Amino acid sequence: MGEKEEVKLLGVWYSPYAIRPKIALRLKSVDYDYVEENLFGTKSELLLKSNPVHKKIPVLLHNNKPIVESLNIVEYIDETWNSSAPSILPSHPYDRALARFWSDFVDNKWFPALRVAAIAKSEDAKAKAMEEVEEGLLQLEDAFVSISKGKPFFGGEVIGFMDICFGSFVVLLKAREKFKAEKLLDESKTPSLCKWADRFLSDETVKNVAPEVEKVAEFLQELEVRAQSAASRS
Amino acid sequence: MGEEEEVKLLGTWYSPVVLRAKIALRLKSVDYDYVEEDLFGSKSELLLKSNPVYKKVPVLIHNSKPVCESLNIVEYIDETWNSSGPAILPSHPHDRALARFWSAFVDDKWFPALMAAVVTKSEDAKAKGMEEVEEGLLQLEDAFNALSKGKSFFGGETIGLMDICLGSFLVFLKAREKLKKEKILTELKTPTLYRWANRFLSDEMVKIVVPEIDKVAKFIGEFEDSAQSVASKS
Repeated sequence: MGEKEEVKLLGVWYSPYAIRPKIALRLKSVDYDYVEENLFGTKSELLLKSNPVHKKIPVLLHNNKPIVESLNIVEYIDETWNSSAPSILPSHPYDRALARFWSDFVDNKWFPALRVAAIAKSEDAKAKAMEEVEEGLLQLEDAFVSISKGKPFFGGEVIGFMDICFGSFVVLLKAREKFKAEKLLDESKTPSLCKWADRFLSDETVKNVAPEVEKVAEFLQELEVRAQSAASRS
Repeated sequence: MGEEEEVKLLGTWYSPVVLRAKIALRLKSVDYDYVEEDLFGSKSELLLKSNPVYKKVPVLIHNSKPVCESLNIVEYIDETWNSSGPAILPSHPHDRALARFWSAFVDDKWFPALMAAVVTKSEDAKAKGMEEVEEGLLQLEDAFNALSKGKSFFGGETIGLMDICLGSFLVFLKAREKLKKEKILTELKTPTLYRWANRFLSDEMVKIVVPEIDKVAKFIGEFEDSAQSVASKS
């Protein structure tokens, strides 16, 4: 592009959604300033001004223009720095439609079920949600096998859109497995996904931006304590 | 493209989200076979096979390959038949991000609030829901002014993604206004949006594919009666 680019990312260290633009920016070798927001404290003026509708992170500020919603940001990064290899979205419209479909599935069906399983008070609701989570993982296993066509990632040889979308939850999954001593990614049920998950986390573009599993596990513990004390006060 | 194209659309006549696909196909002058699904009866084999994850309409089947989720389908149509008709997504990455953001707002925030307000029996919940709907319309009014830059549509001179996304709900909105004799979209509160709505519904590309308001009003009446009786039984 030539001209001076100002790229700023507002995020929080543990958020799977904030990891997504970080990976995308790394894939495109884009330099940026990172601003850690404090979501338990007060949100910064910049965040409130940049995302008045949802007041959430991540927010990408490119030459002072805000882009919000994590997958929107990833597509924006892909389209803006499009001469920097690799391409994050696949090139064929049908493959793009598949990538968007499965990303939507992860964000609007699978992860909400996981969230319910984590915070539901009733054992019944918890169990039902976990069933949905496990069924979702089986569907994602099939999706991986058919989309990757034998290659290492959903995106093929290199990390792509769907890898970023689903991969951003892998640290959270592993942290939860550690914290709750229960297996979510099970090699006997979803072998390809398990191998993909390890491959994803050890990839150059991911390993320096993903938070440590230990730290996230500790954080999940802290969240649960906060949630329980809030619940006992209400 | 030259080769023999087979384009099939599975839908229901009353569904706003199916309308999106129809409008996009018309904008691109794509011939297609339309299959009316009976979602209150039994879903067709083709639907279940093409959309095993959600089993919902619309589904676009292009040369036997299924594409699901209405906005995904619209983007797919735009990318596949990209040399035909107007561009549905804007060309600049930032404008694309904005179009996607506001479409997600309509689908994930505004329309669900409207649906919740119409099916609830509680007057309190209804009032609260309608407040959210009205607030959303004000935000959409601002969005229109920002995105259209003085032109006729969110997409500028021609219908774009956001026009299709929000516009697809207009018949439902007007049908509801007729049925309940109450105004939701008013010239007083959201003048530019109000004028845009009339412009959209009378557009050549739209008016032939939208269902009749009276037919939809009758359908909604029947649907809400049965939804409320289900809600009161649970």
